[in-house]
Amino acid sequence: MNLSTHRLTVGLACLALMLVPLLASPFYVTLLNFIGIAALVALGLVLMTGLGGLTSFGQAAFVGIGAYATAWFTLTTGLSPWLGLLLALSATGVIAACLGAATLRLGGHFLPLSTIAWGFAIYFLFPEIPGFGQHDGLKDIPAISIAGFSFAENRRVFYVIWLFLGAAIWLVSNLLNSRQGRAIRSLRGGAVMLASLGVSLFRVRLTIFVIAALLAGLGGWLYAHMTRFVSPSPFEIRPSIEFLLMALAGGSASVYGAVMGAGLVVLLKNWIQDILPHLTTNAGQLEIVAYSVMLVLLLQYARGGLMSLILRAFPQREPVRPAASHGLPHRAPPPAGTPLLEIVGATKRFGGLVAVNDVSFGMQSGEILGLIGPNGAGKSTMFNLITGALPSDGGSFRFMGEEITNLSQARIAGLGIARTFQHVKLRPGMTLLDNVLMGTYLRTSTGFLGGALRLDRVEEATATREALDQLARVGLADQAYEKAGNLALGHQRVLEVARALASDPILLVLDEPAAGLRKGEKEALARQLRELRDQGMSILLVEHDMEFVMGLVDRLVVMNFGSKLMEGTPEAARSNPLVQEAYLGGQA
Amino acid sequence: MDTDIALILTLDGITTGAIYVLIALGTVLIFSVTRVIFVPFGDIAAFSALTLAAIQLGRLPGTVWLVVVLAALALVMETVDLVRRGDLPRLPRAALLYGLLPCLPPAIAWLTTGMKLPMALQMLVALSLILPIAPLIDRIAFRPLAGASTLILLIVAVAVHFAISGLALLFFGPEGFRTEPISTASFDLFGLTITFQMALMVASAVIFSGLLFLYFEHTISGKSLKATASNRTGARLVGIRPVRAGTLAFLLASALGGLSGLLIGPVTTLYYDSGFIIGLKAFVGAIIGGLVSYPVTAIGALLVGVLESFASFYDSALKETIVFSALIPILLWRSFLTGSHDEEDEEIEG
Repeated sequence: MNLSTHRLTVGLACLALMLVPLLASPFYVTLLNFIGIAALVALGLVLMTGLGGLTSFGQAAFVGIGAYATAWFTLTTGLSPWLGLLLALSATGVIAACLGAATLRLGGHFLPLSTIAWGFAIYFLFPEIPGFGQHDGLKDIPAISIAGFSFAENRRVFYVIWLFLGAAIWLVSNLLNSRQGRAIRSLRGGAVMLASLGVSLFRVRLTIFVIAALLAGLGGWLYAHMTRFVSPSPFEIRPSIEFLLMALAGGSASVYGAVMGAGLVVLLKNWIQDILPHLTTNAGQLEIVAYSVMLVLLLQYARGGLMSLILRAFPQREPVRPAASHGLPHRAPPPAGTPLLEIVGATKRFGGLVAVNDVSFGMQSGEILGLIGPNGAGKSTMFNLITGALPSDGGSFRFMGEEITNLSQARIAGLGIARTFQHVKLRPGMTLLDNVLMGTYLRTSTGFLGGALRLDRVEEATATREALDQLARVGLADQAYEKAGNLALGHQRVLEVARALASDPILLVLDEPAAGLRKGEKEALARQLRELRDQGMSILLVEHDMEFVMGLVDRLVVMNFGSKLMEGTPEAARSNPLVQEAYLGGQA
Repeated sequence: MDTDIALILTLDGITTGAIYVLIALGTVLIFSVTRVIFVPFGDIAAFSALTLAAIQLGRLPGTVWLVVVLAALALVMETVDLVRRGDLPRLPRAALLYGLLPCLPPAIAWLTTGMKLPMALQMLVALSLILPIAPLIDRIAFRPLAGASTLILLIVAVAVHFAISGLALLFFGPEGFRTEPISTASFDLFGLTITFQMALMVASAVIFSGLLFLYFEHTISGKSLKATASNRTGARLVGIRPVRAGTLAFLLASALGGLSGLLIGPVTTLYYDSGFIIGLKAFVGAIIGGLVSYPVTAIGALLVGVLESFASFYDSALKETIVFSALIPILLWRSFLTGSHDEEDEEIEG
């Protein structure tokens, strides 16, 4: 499916939707209204849970906040529901931001558990708030109207709901296709990589959490003015589960998954409600049994959701990204021979184990320095101290004369140190181009809103040119639109180098770049690294493979048992008895 | 508020907290061994009380049908699995483990229906009916997802809760029950009246926490559970089967859940869906312990009980909101304590 057929499909679907209220029976119009509202909430969950990996069991509470806020406001003041919309969105936004700020720093399972807790807390709170009509709720909520034209009728409010949904889908898909969107799409499974590229995980998580809440609040506003009645029960934990089911059923492969999932669940629910009463007197309860079973089956057999099945049946070609004629501006590398990295007395302890013990060495710009040593020598720990992935317990680190000791990974990356990983950390489902584009994160500035409103086109084109240039630099330009997961390991390593280069580093630090590579691949990698050095790049590599290192580096630092053994040329290292002993365990 | 009321509230809180301790310990146990946050825990406690109530009323408890349905599902799944793998010689074993064994307690319950058994025997029958539930749920819902992330397992756990509480309505009906008191005796301690029931609840929490500790520290099977908890692959390498360890953990949890149900049965009127809230409150305790530490979990669960008791004194309508809101500062404190830890989640399929 290419871009024009995609537009055609979406256009036709919109047209068909416009006609629905004119042709369909009132029953189906109402059903579609509910689907539209549910899809808004599910869209937030696709973004937050499906892509971002943040599970919420409390989404219905946000719908409730939106619904109660506008209901209470319009009933007490008699003012327009459109002002109620402002209040609904600001109330959900502020509450979500507070809850998110408190809970999103928590790892994995704590967050979903806390969502159950505040989901309950908010639900129990609704009937207790004065003016919220206790358990009876609020009725006779005014309908939405524009300049006297009332949208009270279901046929009319249909257009309001689906217009909002369409706009939300447009904004979210723009967002996902932008700078921040690439970060969102990498949250699941890419946290370590994102942090190394200077992305503030907390900020991205908090933002998608608030976006999801705002979509839920919008859904609540529509719900209140469509049904004209709110009471606590639609906002308890069961509807939250239904929303989650919708998001998972549709899947996160596409934003349309939310609509598919909402449609599927609402229709099935309707169908189950028709059938169950014939089978049992406890139909209401068995409904939830049926959903739960479906949810479990879905997770056991089709974790990618409905959309991924559809997309598999109609494979998509990645749209070509427009590229500008010039890439991003580069910083001038310092003249060769200036001191670049100065490490004095670096120390790191893990409990009683001293992994790095008072290690000092320096590095000049324009050289390739190898950090070698036998297993357990403390090389990787040293590496993590330099890049800020681990805090140090002592010593000082300076980069280009600036103190970088215990700065955050993002700050260090911003100063011009880019890294690769020993175990390749790429997004296998994204194109090579998108993977490299992530490297430009700190050199670009588009925010969430800018991305959603497509204000980032110029910057995106420039960044795309930059990424394509870097891909060309490592020889992968012709595969820019392939999925990174399809590459051989050797190419994946090189792709990581391209991503690191896209951040315009002064110093490239490579963690065991030759590990697992075949001989030919190693030679190609060494050639590319030498070329980079000749272009003025400084490279620090932590390596295991002596043969690879010896022919490549200008100088070596040898470590053993956490301490520095020696520092010097490869020849000096080869003839050093201490080094021989460390590697061969005695006289050689 | 004077000290007397405060004392009574504290005492009351500790008694309720004792139940949360048992459930919270079980939650931590299952989580550390299987990475499943077993949301239906509270349900099991409620089912246990409802089972005992039915037995005392001379009815056939709904649990019988619940267990039979679960066992049938598990048996079908296991058979399909074995046939698909061509592992037919193991079929009789599967029939025994998933068909016959879980159906023994229901058979006993059916045979003894209406008999006037002594209280202790009634409780034994109820507990034996509860025992197979968690391991069967493990087989049906969690084992097919053994490699999945904690989040997926949690979503499934929540779904399982809703499924079994829906079934519970079918089997237990919507009425609430209270079981007969184990003893109506009471005694005075520092001028406070303490019922035997209260003492029993607290004592049980202490005894079973102690037993759990002894089990983990001093028995081979306890140590094998600990080993699985700290490193699945490592445990497998030394010959421990994580699947079996998981079943064992679920069995223990069933026992803890069943026991807590028997203890609260005489104190509170329980409905088919009362368990969820009880389980969630125990979670708050488990979260205080970071889902890792047993002693901190126990203290946390007690605190939740006391908080709940004071909260209901000040404003009974807002009691739940207060208890669940308390989780947020707790979580804040925990995240402050541990720092952010980004676990590497699975890549999305599709």
